[in-house]
Amino acid sequence: MSPTRLAVELLMTSRPFLRVFVSPAALCALGLTAALAAVLQYSLRAFVPGALEPGGFTFANFAALAKPLYARVFLDTVWICFVTAFVSLIVGYPLAYALVRVRSAAIKAAILVIAVTPLFLGEVVRTYSWIVVLGTNGFINAMLLKLGLVAQPVQLLFTRFGVVAALVHVTLPVMVIMLAAALAHVDRDCERAAASLGAGPVRTFISVTLPLSMPGIVAGVTTAFAWTFSAFATPQLIGGGQVNMVSNLVYQLGFASFNFPFAASLSVAGLALTFVVLALVRAAARPLEKIGPH
Amino acid sequence: MRQRLLRPLGAVTVMAILGFLLLPAIVVTLAAFNGRAILSFPPESWSWRWFAKALAYEDFRAGFRNGLIVTAWASALALVVGAAFAFVLDRYQFRFKRTLETVLLSPLVIAHFTIGLGFLILAAQLGVARGYAVVIACHVMLVLPFVVRSVYISLRNLDPRLELAAASLGAPPARVLVTVTLPLLLPGLVSGWLFAAILSFNEFTASLFVTVQRTQTLPVAMYNYVREYADPSMAAISVIYIVATAALLTFATVFLGLGKVLNVEQAH
Repeated sequence: MSPTRLAVELLMTSRPFLRVFVSPAALCALGLTAALAAVLQYSLRAFVPGALEPGGFTFANFAALAKPLYARVFLDTVWICFVTAFVSLIVGYPLAYALVRVRSAAIKAAILVIAVTPLFLGEVVRTYSWIVVLGTNGFINAMLLKLGLVAQPVQLLFTRFGVVAALVHVTLPVMVIMLAAALAHVDRDCERAAASLGAGPVRTFISVTLPLSMPGIVAGVTTAFAWTFSAFATPQLIGGGQVNMVSNLVYQLGFASFNFPFAASLSVAGLALTFVVLALVRAAARPLEKIGPH
Repeated sequence: MRQRLLRPLGAVTVMAILGFLLLPAIVVTLAAFNGRAILSFPPESWSWRWFAKALAYEDFRAGFRNGLIVTAWASALALVVGAAFAFVLDRYQFRFKRTLETVLLSPLVIAHFTIGLGFLILAAQLGVARGYAVVIACHVMLVLPFVVRSVYISLRNLDPRLELAAASLGAPPARVLVTVTLPLLLPGLVSGWLFAAILSFNEFTASLFVTVQRTQTLPVAMYNYVREYADPSMAAISVIYIVATAALLTFATVFLGLGKVLNVEQAH
């Protein structure tokens, strides 16, 4: 801690505004906790068909999760989340690298705006755009037919490939931001040292830059996983019932069957799964991070 | 030799990735100006009529109005709560600091359908009618992490000597806050608010759970439209969205230093 910073903190030992500034945040935290607790509570209640009010306490909802139908959706979801996170890491890394290292301020700004815009567009606009790209009358099929590469339109909509392509588009911005934040703080002197010792650009990248950017990779992959898990409109509209994720099941159970207790138990299981995967990815990355000189 | 080969290879890779990111926006723009109701590439005729139809569609108009109400409240509340919290997070140690931080940042990794379902059930349990208040409360939670992060990063980049100087000249804490700290934080506050506003206006999944017909926001109205109709009105409204969002983000990049707020600028 710098001496000036220390001085500021000493000056603030009386901690002005602490109570006033913390109270609204504490209130919000309370509201969020109450909402999540409500989900947890519903997940342990019995479903009474035809009634909106749930019945008594039971573990039946969680037992039903083991049914092949639901277990399958869970496995599919985890698979799609992993593939999406992995692809967006591979695609996002060069972009983040260019964003941080390019010298021209105009190109840097252009890359930043293009990379970040999809994040703010919202799921519906992005998903609709991908329907226009992937559909039977869509852009890709029109181009393929025009070039004579195919005789019949290729089925891209309602496939896993289509869902993953659209999901990568969603997770790429946050992946790029997290990777770029890590790359921006890589000490260039370490790279120069490697180069002066005779390492080529590829070797320097693999043995210096890549390990030093590991925290960004972990943050990017875990966030991409969680965001993919959260996606609803993309699997719903592009998957079209052929590709189902947990989110689609939760909505369907809630709003088509009014089985909110079971929808809640799926949500709780999904939340637990997300946290387990995040913890596992972090644990798996720990030995890799040690390669870097921390 | 190797380096001469790597540079163009890198440039081509980056351009291909940017192409992937831009492809849907370009294609949807072509579709929006398509003269016919059935998509074809390239369009056989050109027309503005889908824009006219989209702008006249009553559900979109109502969704836009509802969205503005929700966004105005949610982003303003999130800005006040988030900025105050970022301040104490940066400056003070207090009990339950870590817990509070973890809970408030958790919507970044908790699925939106879970949070939406939570507020839906909570409103039912408390006997609250599903009006704007529930939608706004839900949106505040979802956008709060983005405000906290951007204000926190601005606080970290702030030169503490300026506040020290003001304090040593006898300014009481409230005066230092209002005349020194807040003006210096302005870019972080504006971009935090902008993030919150854009994200709230475009939020879909949680909104689908907590809105009813009367409070339906624009993304929910658009989702219902896509499910029922296939004409390019939706492409037209998507183009308006894309242009408005890209313009706001370009503004943020040029005038607020978005790169700095996102913490992606090279340190040296």
